[in-house]
Amino acid sequence: MSDAAVATRGTATGESGVAVRLDGVVKRFGDVVAVDGVDIEVREGEFFSMLGPSGSGKTTCLRMIAGFERPTAGRVILGGVDVGDMPPYERDVNTVFQDYALFPHMTVAENVGYGLMVRKAPKDERAARAEEALEMVRLTGFGTRKPAQLSGGQRQRVALARALVMRPRVLLLDEPLGALDLKLRQAMQVELKEIQQAVGLTFIYVTHDQEEALTMSDRLAVFNHGRVEQVGSPAEVYERPDTGFVAGFVGVSNVLEGDAAAAIVGSPRPVTIRPEKIHLALDVNSAVADGECTATGVVTKVVYLGAVTRYVVTLDEGGELVVMQQNLRTSSMEALQVQGRRVRLTWERQHSRKVEPGDGPGGAPAEGTMGSADPGEVGA
Amino acid sequence: MGPDRAPPLLVVGYEHVAVTDRARRGGPMAAISTFFYRHPWAKLAALLLPAVLWLIVLYLGSIGGLLIYSFWSLAEFTGLIDRTLTLSTYQSLLEPANSDIVLRTLAMAAAVTIACSILAFPLAYYMARYATRRGRFVLYLAVLMPLWSSYLVRALAWRQILAREGVLYWALGKVGLDGVIDTLITAPVVGGASLIASKISLFIVFTYLWLPFMILPVEAALERVPGSFLEASSDLGARPWLTFRRIVLPLAKPGLIAGSIFTFSLTLGDFILPTMFGSSEFYLGQQVFTQIGVVGNTPLAAAFTFVAMAIMIVYLSIARRAGAFESL
Repeated sequence: MSDAAVATRGTATGESGVAVRLDGVVKRFGDVVAVDGVDIEVREGEFFSMLGPSGSGKTTCLRMIAGFERPTAGRVILGGVDVGDMPPYERDVNTVFQDYALFPHMTVAENVGYGLMVRKAPKDERAARAEEALEMVRLTGFGTRKPAQLSGGQRQRVALARALVMRPRVLLLDEPLGALDLKLRQAMQVELKEIQQAVGLTFIYVTHDQEEALTMSDRLAVFNHGRVEQVGSPAEVYERPDTGFVAGFVGVSNVLEGDAAAAIVGSPRPVTIRPEKIHLALDVNSAVADGECTATGVVTKVVYLGAVTRYVVTLDEGGELVVMQQNLRTSSMEALQVQGRRVRLTWERQHSRKVEPGDGPGGAPAEGTMGSADPGEVGA
Repeated sequence: MGPDRAPPLLVVGYEHVAVTDRARRGGPMAAISTFFYRHPWAKLAALLLPAVLWLIVLYLGSIGGLLIYSFWSLAEFTGLIDRTLTLSTYQSLLEPANSDIVLRTLAMAAAVTIACSILAFPLAYYMARYATRRGRFVLYLAVLMPLWSSYLVRALAWRQILAREGVLYWALGKVGLDGVIDTLITAPVVGGASLIASKISLFIVFTYLWLPFMILPVEAALERVPGSFLEASSDLGARPWLTFRRIVLPLAKPGLIAGSIFTFSLTLGDFILPTMFGSSEFYLGQQVFTQIGVVGNTPLAAAFTFVAMAIMIVYLSIARRAGAFESL
């Protein structure tokens, strides 16, 4: 699903099916390069996440789509129109801010109706649509309150209603759940996804929380150092990371490289293996099936996590592998007794993924490997 | 709780012993602090009493005294104060000679306040939104520095600037614009025999003197408006001017009101500048000063003082009704 290849040039009115396209976008702040050549294509109606650590350029990309920042180079195309020089108030996008940015001197209803007031919608239409939007975020009857009288989760929903009521082409969400506690955040994740499906809008969601991105997105882009390392569906990005950075950032991942990689998988190029894909056998001489990779080592650390146990195994071939095992039959005592024992690890060949070495400026340009038809399994 | 920690009861018992021990050793000072620890209301009373006494006895007391004076009157022939309660002093405020003073002062205070807010806002906005830490510090200093020198010195300096032989005439003369001032001072109400003798100069110097008192509270109010509010407004389709009217201005209002209380009341009460600038027409503060110090008509001076206070009370209640304090 190479985005560039799939993209069909639209008519003069725009490309059909593409809501937002970033085309070689660069943003510099003085000497700092915040965004370093990003190409992204967001399709109509999809829930698209931009995932990455802080300072990876994801929020800057969002702000360039909203119009709060102007790209140093490259093009931001909204519905087929280059909006590079268009101020935010002329763009058909709306933003849910990380700090919600609710106007403290207005009631909830006035906040939600603000955009309609700006558009000079009649008063009764404004009130009706604001109430409708509040109903959608389950805040019926809160219209007369001031933002200061609401809890964090309620404010977050008002911010969402204020943006939804505008029925924009694209809704931008800048870490909207960052300030909420875990339980509320998980509830809101489900709610956000439901709302997105109900209204059928394009959502672009910025987050540094990989779990959030995996659970909510149709597709996601993984950012690092101002570049996109990989774009794909959650399953693609998780199961087939293109780079070591993606493997490490999206979930926990092991990286084998150099001599250890050569000895175990037959090539010194770095490979990653998800900890839960590895089987740990207490019998070092247990059989290895065809099409499986194997290694032996000593368990140096055992962390009992309830549902699963995490083992750190130092390999005889050099390097370390983290292994996750479900506690199907093991108890905590049994799990902890494995410490110091020699074990055999096995996993299917398809689960060791060749990746581009390391992260950093010399890292892989996303374009080359992104979503290629051949997932590049080692020895597949 | 881990086994390495002592049970809480034991800890309390230990500290209690230590405190009483120290109290016995420490003598009277320790006894005092122990007393205040045990009687929190006594600590509160000891802290508040001096200020409350000062406020009630000296401040409210003298205002009460003034209030009584304003209901007395000056006997016309003897020039002595007649201590029978009467409204005649307040009645005399309605005479054109006196009511003109009130209206003239009000107009001047309003003009100065408006000019100060218009001049202060952009600077305060720049300081709050765009200036670097260092830049803001330098601007703070620049705003506050004039307050470190005497008000009289600054007023006299303005006489030098505005005099016919002064810097302003000289500079405008260099570019051939000295005629502008001469035209300006022939204007009906604000004009005068010379620039210094016109209301324009009084207005300029008042505005200069009270500007810092407007900049600082407005800057403080604007500093509390996060940039995301402006972005949100523009994101929802509002052009900059609408964002300013609907978001920035309402949120800056408490600062503008606070600043205007300063500029307004300082202009109402000032009694020096009108003697140095403008014509011989009197202003409120100057009238109070003259009635007490020169004429000896304390009842009239007291009545004028209450006019100034009444104006401020009316002003604040209007501001309150307009919702100026809601976002505080």
